[in-house]
Amino acid sequence: MTAGLTGRLTAFVQALRAHGIPVGPGETVDAAAVAELLGLAHREQLRAGLAAALLRGQQQRRVFDATFDLYFPLRVGGVSAEASRDELRERLARALAADDRAALAGLAAEAVGALGRFGNPPGSGGWSASQTLDRLRPQTLLAGLLAERQELRARQQPQFTDRLAADQFRHRIDFFRALVATEARRRAAELAGTDEIARRAVTPSVERTDFLYANHAQLAELRRTVQPLARRLATRLAARRRRAARGSIDLRRTVRRSLGTGGVPLRPAYRQRRPQRPELVLLCDVSNSVAGFSDFTALLVQALRDQFSRVRVFAFVNQLAEVTDGGLDRARMVGLHGYSDYGTALGQFADRHLAAVTPRSTVLVLGDARTNRRDPNLAALARIALRARRVYWLNPEPPSLWNTGDSAAAEYASVVPMHPCRNADQLGRFVERLLP
Amino acid sequence: MSGETGTHIFASVAEVEERLGEAGYLASTAVATTVFLADRLGKPLLVEGPAGVGKTELAKAVAAVAGARLVRLQCYEGVDESRALYEWNHAKQLLRITAGRAESWEAARNDIFTEEFLLPRPLLTAIRGSEPTVLLVDETDKADVEVEGLLLEVLSDFQVTVPELGTITAERRPFVVLTSNATRELSEALRRRCLFLHLDFPEPALEERIVRLRVPGLDAALAASVVQVVGALRAMELRKHPSVAEAVDWARTLLALGADTLDETVLRQSLGVVLKHQEDIRRAGEQLGLTRP
Repeated sequence: MTAGLTGRLTAFVQALRAHGIPVGPGETVDAAAVAELLGLAHREQLRAGLAAALLRGQQQRRVFDATFDLYFPLRVGGVSAEASRDELRERLARALAADDRAALAGLAAEAVGALGRFGNPPGSGGWSASQTLDRLRPQTLLAGLLAERQELRARQQPQFTDRLAADQFRHRIDFFRALVATEARRRAAELAGTDEIARRAVTPSVERTDFLYANHAQLAELRRTVQPLARRLATRLAARRRRAARGSIDLRRTVRRSLGTGGVPLRPAYRQRRPQRPELVLLCDVSNSVAGFSDFTALLVQALRDQFSRVRVFAFVNQLAEVTDGGLDRARMVGLHGYSDYGTALGQFADRHLAAVTPRSTVLVLGDARTNRRDPNLAALARIALRARRVYWLNPEPPSLWNTGDSAAAEYASVVPMHPCRNADQLGRFVERLLP
Repeated sequence: MSGETGTHIFASVAEVEERLGEAGYLASTAVATTVFLADRLGKPLLVEGPAGVGKTELAKAVAAVAGARLVRLQCYEGVDESRALYEWNHAKQLLRITAGRAESWEAARNDIFTEEFLLPRPLLTAIRGSEPTVLLVDETDKADVEVEGLLLEVLSDFQVTVPELGTITAERRPFVVLTSNATRELSEALRRRCLFLHLDFPEPALEERIVRLRVPGLDAALAASVVQVVGALRAMELRKHPSVAEAVDWARTLLALGADTLDETVLRQSLGVVLKHQEDIRRAGEQLGLTRP
């Protein structure tokens, strides 16, 4: 293998590691064997081959693809970018109608070249996908595409699948948008250096997406991972319980059973432990700053419902309301002002709903502990902690931000243990510890 | 590491695609490439993905193409060494001891721990043969963690140690496929020894070819519609998404019903073939705009 390819491959592996994909030296050697065997002639084959050697799960795939596009780019340099915006739109419409993926890829490159430059002189600042898409506006092509399809189909029998056409076109437009993003990253990498862009511009995998900075699409993707995550946790717990049940002998039942075999204990009886299913009470801050986090945690707990004997969910911004049976109506939780107020909410919980907490319950408080400079009401939290079996505070902020600004994290942490919980990965590990 | 260890069934990625196609398995580029690499590098292939995308079929197709025998180890909760590797035939050993009452214990012992009294289970069977073999370890995630440890040992060296007989090494390495539905995370150690392939629902064009290959009498336009609707169903939030197998079943049903286009009535009647939960059927009906009868 040439030295250039080896260097590129190791840099690629380094970039993957930086994004939390654990690639060991053994895998790197495998990847090198793969690259040698397949050669560089077929890019998609190389992509599939390297993925097979380096990846250990599908959730790593998106990061892998984006990084692969940077280190093994489709082309080098720009394509001639003389086409005008209208001409590009027209050609894009044709390619979308025909679902011509090769043409779409070519168009994405041209569009970034023609419309994506910024900085002065053009191109010195970099290449922007959002600027390209803002100017090109591919989503506005939808109506035209549908009308054209209608015209084509007018002569034929109307078909059932016609009503799926809009979704299909939207799907193709999204595909094109992703191509533009990839192309813009590639051009930027040529300017700033591949390693730099790989570190900055590749979005992390969904498990490691920070709750606080997740955008709308990432939150939707997170919600889709709730069910698989819950299932994984449940099977892991079941296996742990099975293992824990083995081993300790129930002497009384063993002796009783041995009477049937003349006093010889042929079949020992094991002690059956019935794990106590904890009751869970959730207090969620649903103000905008931490809504994504609370939302996800509440969904995960609901999905794990049968692991707990009872789950109750309360939500607040500055007024507390029970939302166990759904119906997250934000108006009920907002009082005179729209800022979160932990003190009032904790006080209301301690006054009105303390009966929900029993010596068997675990209470989870979800929020960033930013009280907007109001009274944190530590006494209320202490009352809850006194009554519950355990109270944990999950904070989506990194510990370095605790106690900065209006955060009362340290004060609350002096009453109940506080854990940072920044992404789905950490949350999953916490919930696993929580359950018997 | 590569070179001598591979099973060498295929010469190139294109050949994999072509020969699997002849065996009735239409492979995407990713599948063909990974199968080729598993063949060349001699590493086990770990196939993960939702139910019904053809994980098991892939192993069968490779076996058919290579003219190899297929040895299958079906994993389930509680499968153990004696089910996966080998077992001594105790009953037969007892008979042998009773038959030779006069002989000394030494002679009897040397005799009862021989090949004749060994019951080989799938893993040992796959290693012992001299003909080409495809070993399929199905639903690996259902097995307990202990079995994974056993697999590790077998799959890294392709040898098994039977204390009474010695170590049995594979004369010819089998082509190994492990499948998993990801109900449990397989251990990192096992994953590291395998090539990883995630089989997902195929692209519409490929799925159309699969449907038409499996249901030969089907009209091309109808096949396209079937794939399109199944694709739309997969985009919905359902309890169970329709798999390729269900798309094929549905196409068969439509053929049997004699439908030549897909319309509301046909769809409402046959949606139960694709979706297996009443709630899913109701929700899909709403979203597709099927008026209730």
